[in-house]
Amino acid sequence: MTTSTQALTLEQLYIQYAHQQTVIHGISLVVNEGEIACLLGPSGCGKTTLLRAIAGFEPVQAGCISLQARVISSPSVHIPTEKRSIGMVFQDYALFPHLSIAANIAFGIRRLPKKVQRQRVTELLKLVNLPDYGQRYPHELSGGQQQRIALARALAPRPHLLLLDEPFGSQDVELREMLAREVRSILKREGTTAILVTHDQQEAFAMADQIGVLQHGRLCQWGTGYELYHQPIDTFVAEFIGQGTLLPGTLSIEHSVTTVLGTLTGLLTPSTQATQSAVNVLIRPDDVRIHNAGAYSATVVSRIFRGAAYLYTLELVDGSRLIALARSHPTYALGEAITFDLDRTHFVVLPRDEPSNALQ
Amino acid sequence: MSNSLTLLLASEQPSYWPRRRLTKLVWQGLLLCLGLLLALPVLVVFAFVFVPATEVWQHLAATVLSDYLLNTVWLSLGVSVGVLALGLPAAWLNSMCRFPGQGFFEGALLLPLAVPAYIIAYTYTGMLDYAGPVQTLLRELTGWSYGDYWFPPIRSLGGAILMFSLVLFPYVYLLARAAFLEQSICVLEVSRTLGSSHWVSFVRVALPLARPAIITGLSLALMETLADFGTVQHFGVSTFTTGIFRTWFGLGDSAAAAQLAALLMGFVFLLILLERWSRQRARYHHTSNKYSRLPRYQLRGGKAVAAIVACALPLVLGFIIPMAQLLYWSYTTASERLTSDFFLLVSHSLGLAIAAALSALLLALLLGYGKRLHDTLLINGVTRIAAMGYAIPGLVIAIGTLIPFAWLDTQLNTWTLRYFEMRVGLVFSGTLFILLFAYNVRFLAVSLQTVEAGLGKIQPTIDNAGRSLGLSASGVLTRLHLPLMQGTLLTAILLVFVDVLKELPATLVLRPFNFNTLAVRAYEMASDERLADAGLPALMIVLAGIVPVILLSRTIGQSRAGNS
Repeated sequence: MTTSTQALTLEQLYIQYAHQQTVIHGISLVVNEGEIACLLGPSGCGKTTLLRAIAGFEPVQAGCISLQARVISSPSVHIPTEKRSIGMVFQDYALFPHLSIAANIAFGIRRLPKKVQRQRVTELLKLVNLPDYGQRYPHELSGGQQQRIALARALAPRPHLLLLDEPFGSQDVELREMLAREVRSILKREGTTAILVTHDQQEAFAMADQIGVLQHGRLCQWGTGYELYHQPIDTFVAEFIGQGTLLPGTLSIEHSVTTVLGTLTGLLTPSTQATQSAVNVLIRPDDVRIHNAGAYSATVVSRIFRGAAYLYTLELVDGSRLIALARSHPTYALGEAITFDLDRTHFVVLPRDEPSNALQ
Repeated sequence: MSNSLTLLLASEQPSYWPRRRLTKLVWQGLLLCLGLLLALPVLVVFAFVFVPATEVWQHLAATVLSDYLLNTVWLSLGVSVGVLALGLPAAWLNSMCRFPGQGFFEGALLLPLAVPAYIIAYTYTGMLDYAGPVQTLLRELTGWSYGDYWFPPIRSLGGAILMFSLVLFPYVYLLARAAFLEQSICVLEVSRTLGSSHWVSFVRVALPLARPAIITGLSLALMETLADFGTVQHFGVSTFTTGIFRTWFGLGDSAAAAQLAALLMGFVFLLILLERWSRQRARYHHTSNKYSRLPRYQLRGGKAVAAIVACALPLVLGFIIPMAQLLYWSYTTASERLTSDFFLLVSHSLGLAIAAALSALLLALLLGYGKRLHDTLLINGVTRIAAMGYAIPGLVIAIGTLIPFAWLDTQLNTWTLRYFEMRVGLVFSGTLFILLFAYNVRFLAVSLQTVEAGLGKIQPTIDNAGRSLGLSASGVLTRLHLPLMQGTLLTAILLVFVDVLKELPATLVLRPFNFNTLAVRAYEMASDERLADAGLPALMIVLAGIVPVILLSRTIGQSRAGNS
């Protein structure tokens, strides 16, 4: 999908529960037609509230939500959920237990002629790869099957937007990524615009074109998975996405930071940052290359076997630690002294000791 | 309550979503009125505590009050011992052991619940009185005549204790059995590995863990005992209920009767507190979420016989013998009793019970939905109050209902006489309205509990899913909730239906002139010492009562822990 028509727009959105503190603080974002977006964040960050507001289950106190250039939520406008043309897949699937699978899927298109309904149900059952399940009942299906039916039910009326609330939360960890890829391909085939809510970044990477990281009801960063991993905008995003080490240092001149490893040069430093100020350098495990003739030396203090690779924790001379990813052989023993080099093209320099939620 | 409403109004900020706020206010107002109305009888009776005592009261206090108190205390103690002695062994045997007939006893032990205490009292009076078959046989065999021998009098305090124990022990059985099953076999096995025998494990582990449940069952049985009027009246045991009745109708002093009722309610509140407290403690007595299939130990030989006797005895005495007596009476009187008069009686009872069940269901749905849509402190409080009636004796509710509505009728008639020069009659207190109102106060808890359980099983996401697929709020109700709750709604109707059919004292006091029901007819016949003629209406009541018992035994069969 390369169309860039805006499907969903959020403008300076504020949400507050009755008599309680604000849970969403001025969030603005755009999801384009056919795009799959993801709201990612720790529990309690407000991502589910935001999703429920888009669905129309929560009122908004300021700002507005528009779908297909029509305002659906604002302080003065509230289109009821059933008139929004927004489909939703719930965490517990919420299949109607008294209806057959076919009747569940046909529920949202019950006003269409019977023949059209049957066609669409057959088509969707095939799409979710459960072609012969129409006459069964929800309780006869496994969790994964129920989820695919919930997806088919939400897709049946061809909604302008599909919302998925922690769709893989109740699945086994090993299954999640596979399911995420499967759902992504179904959504892409249907050309559906979708927003997913999750706290699992692997799931987000597997599903989404665009990912928004939320914390304390604020949108920290909006971008692709690659951008979030390699160009995090603040310490919170850097720590929340992927693994890595924040190495303290001082910004000496532009593009150079002095750390325990000496002065690292050629870095991308924020232009707003004053020289001589305290900063952190984000070093991802895959930026550290352990080999025999490295420029820096350290000691192995722990290691975790990851199959194709080992994740090592290295201790530097001053006692600070680095995480490094290395092929599973040659293997380095605990306590062994090693040397390494740094791949400094990816380093990100972040201001130190800032409240990480202040940036937008 | 009204304080919290104004508080709520005052603190409401300028809303961004006025419609929702409005509906919330409407719900709260509606439910508040409903709650106050349902609490009216209790409030009225309590208010009489502050009315200065009349001469009649002083007379009562000087003469019979100590009897009422003593009899009530002895009755409660005796029934406690009785229901524990019958209920606990049966519960233990049916949760931990296997013996011939165990599967049958498990459900059948609930059957005595179908027999109201006053009806079992009539049957045993018929059997054990001087003219009854037992004593007649004894005289024929021995040649004794009146005064030559001593036979335990059934119409006594001891007899009443026995009657109550025989029909109320299933409460203890039911709750104790559930608690034993819930304990998960693990704790018992731990106790065994620590060197205790089966018996020691039971006494030192299982029994203390089940104590909250047992106390809950006991307090339910005692509430029914305190609420009873028919049994103690028939046996001539003076308790609060007979005292209230006598003071109201015999001495014509409504204030003194209401004061007695308030005193009785004090006892009931003690029981409610006991029940609440034990239910709360039960939460901490939950030992494990993991259940293994319960390995029951097989009883053989003498032990198996003892187990069968322990289960069969309460069943035979509490259900089979009285049932046989009722069948015999019905059979002998059917030809002259099965007249159009009897069918009128049946239709009165059925009509009244159905009307009460439906109105209770409607109110329960209103309260249940109010709570689901707006779960506020106020609405929670109102539903709590509305559910309190189940513990209040029917006679107390009758008095608390009659006093305000009789007053209202008097006012209304004075007013119409003044402005229209006519009387409208007793539109509230002299019609079925007042009876239905009292039934709702007393039995709303039953349908409310059922409806809340049913609604609780429907996840809120089901509602959301319905909305996101294009249903309006009323569409969610008709297309999702109603089909999902069919079974629940039927159960709620059935339970209230049977309770109303059995209810004696409130019906007796509040029924319109010349309006008879099965329960009232059975009472009247028994009061006239025409016990055989009480058989047919009593049999109808017991037969109807069996239906919810079957339902109950089916649900407990399905929900057994360790059986997936």
